[in-house]
Amino acid sequence: MSSSKKIRVLVAKPGLDGHDRGVKIVARALRDAGMEVIYTGLRQTPEMVVRAALDEGVHCIGLSILSGAHNALFPKIMELLKAEGVSDILVVGGGIIPEDDIPDLKKAGISEIFGPGTPLDVIVEYIKTNVKL
Amino acid sequence: MGDNKTLPAAVKRWDENTVAKTIGKFPEREETFLTISGVPVNRLYTPLDSKDLDYEKDLGFPGEYPFTRGIQPTGYRGRLWTMRQYSGFATAKESNERFHFLLDQGQTGLSVAFDLPTQIGYDSDHPLALGEVGKVGVAIDSLADMEILFDNIPLDKVSTSMTINADAVVLLAMYIAVAEKQGVSMDKLRGTIQGDILKEYVARGTYIFPLSPSMRLITDTFKFCSEKMPLWNTISISGYHIREAGSTATQEVAFTLANGIAYVQAAIDVGLDVDAFASRLSFFFGSHSDFLEEICKFRAARRLWARIMRERFKAKKDSSCRMRFHTQTAGCTLTAQQPDNNIVRVTLQALQAVLGGTQSLHTNSRDEALSLPTEESVQIALRTQQIIGHESGVGDTVDPLAGSYYIESLTNEIENKAMEYIQKIDGMGGAPAAIENGYIQREIHEAAYSFQKSVDSNERVVVGVNKFQVDEEQKFDYLRVNPESELEQIEQLNNLRKSRDDDKVQTALHDLRLGAEGETNLVPLIIEAVKVYATLGEICGVLRDVFGEYKATDL
Repeated sequence: MSSSKKIRVLVAKPGLDGHDRGVKIVARALRDAGMEVIYTGLRQTPEMVVRAALDEGVHCIGLSILSGAHNALFPKIMELLKAEGVSDILVVGGGIIPEDDIPDLKKAGISEIFGPGTPLDVIVEYIKTNVKL
Repeated sequence: MGDNKTLPAAVKRWDENTVAKTIGKFPEREETFLTISGVPVNRLYTPLDSKDLDYEKDLGFPGEYPFTRGIQPTGYRGRLWTMRQYSGFATAKESNERFHFLLDQGQTGLSVAFDLPTQIGYDSDHPLALGEVGKVGVAIDSLADMEILFDNIPLDKVSTSMTINADAVVLLAMYIAVAEKQGVSMDKLRGTIQGDILKEYVARGTYIFPLSPSMRLITDTFKFCSEKMPLWNTISISGYHIREAGSTATQEVAFTLANGIAYVQAAIDVGLDVDAFASRLSFFFGSHSDFLEEICKFRAARRLWARIMRERFKAKKDSSCRMRFHTQTAGCTLTAQQPDNNIVRVTLQALQAVLGGTQSLHTNSRDEALSLPTEESVQIALRTQQIIGHESGVGDTVDPLAGSYYIESLTNEIENKAMEYIQKIDGMGGAPAAIENGYIQREIHEAAYSFQKSVDSNERVVVGVNKFQVDEEQKFDYLRVNPESELEQIEQLNNLRKSRDDDKVQTALHDLRLGAEGETNLVPLIIEAVKVYATLGEICGVLRDVFGEYKATDL
């Protein structure tokens, strides 16, 4: 990343999961790192997440699920993005996500999954390095 | 406690001679030591630190006001705490099998986890339920599912705790209806519905309706149960989720008790006598990783609640002042790294809860930072409690840490700091107002963020995460919820809709709508609706229509 353009990130809670401690902390860390962050709040359908990402013109989407619904909802979001012809938004995820599920989520287009215990810097650096501005 | 006149000088001498000499050669590990909640910890506590403590007034005796030393006169000498593992997943049938397994293993009470659609009042075929059915708990769409869930479980013998909030009254109605089919009348039922909506707005997120109608559902439940279900705990006022969201120990006590105050006030405002319902209020706390601080937290919470009930609400009966609570070890302290270490964490946390005088306990399983726990992991977690109860001896005398200079000093400090918060919240108009203006959520977020920073900067060690890491491969067997469960559940729901008597359902829902629009107690109307197999989604749909939905505060 060489441009001085600000990275815009949508952080989202798809599904019905109410665990938002992690997502709020990540949102704040990204803001502290100089990014513009939009947080959707709870209970977002895949359609709502994709709509918000397009409306806000973000470079990155961060998805958080701790309820186990990731295998249904993450790929669905990727499908909808594809259907919109979007391929340049970096999509990352986090939450309680068993190791065995990660290969399929990556195959579906999620770039990286950050599990419990991930330092905030790791997430910030990953986004800075991989985002397309 | 200490009236030793020479002690201050002696402490000074020790500090200046003995300690100074040692520190010269061996500096301490930190300049200031802090509890995990940020409370400074002194090098040494002496009788001077609790010299204002009046034994009879501030500590008293177990089973007597202000209950600092516990609510049972004989502590755990009569009966150990209730070992209650939170459990439930997939369909009612699979959860019923897990319940039978747990009861066979010596568990003494049930604790039901519901999936998110159930907790948020949606049937399993609702678009927002996609991917969530049966995931974090069992899916319940109607009384038919509840009948399967409790199949062959005698409801007059077990006590059942249900983690359900916004629509707690619907699940309570279903429980009453199942019991009736077993021939057990509702006055015999023992158990708890969580029913604590305020902390859902703050921390847990399974709200449905706006504040005011939500409070009405709670006071309707208090009233109904005070007349018909004398053994039922009508609410479990929960600090657990506030703590899990990142609060400190003091905030956990303060915000939980502030919510408790709001419920008591709401019930009094609708005309209930405080002594008619207060003894059925129960509480739920987390047990986090600072061993001594947590023990003090439990003791402080008990004393503060007793004083609030007596002094603020003028409760006459001691049983109205008695804080009974459930404890769960802190899920947020479990690590995905080296997961077997979690067994040790849970052991310490469980021990704290017992030393703090809990009435019931859930011990987390080692694999919960990774997925739902396997049967083997759940068994180890339950065995942890059994070892503490039957082998360690800590339950053989009541409140064994009382009188420790540090324990009593920190118990005081937590009580005082929590009271300061409560006064601040009172100044804003009480917990509901402090939630609507986002104050409580912001305080918790600040604490959570600064905790994460302290871990990321290695100021605070988390073993296996920022120190003592190893290269490891995940080698756990996961419990997987069969993806077919969701489809099966939806199919059963469709069959139910075809086979029931729709006229009766429509009549019951119509009556419920009229009731909700008026001021009548909604519990009997909801019982009628569940008995004719109206679904949870239909019942909550009517209430959504009448009450509207809560919109979260932007922070």
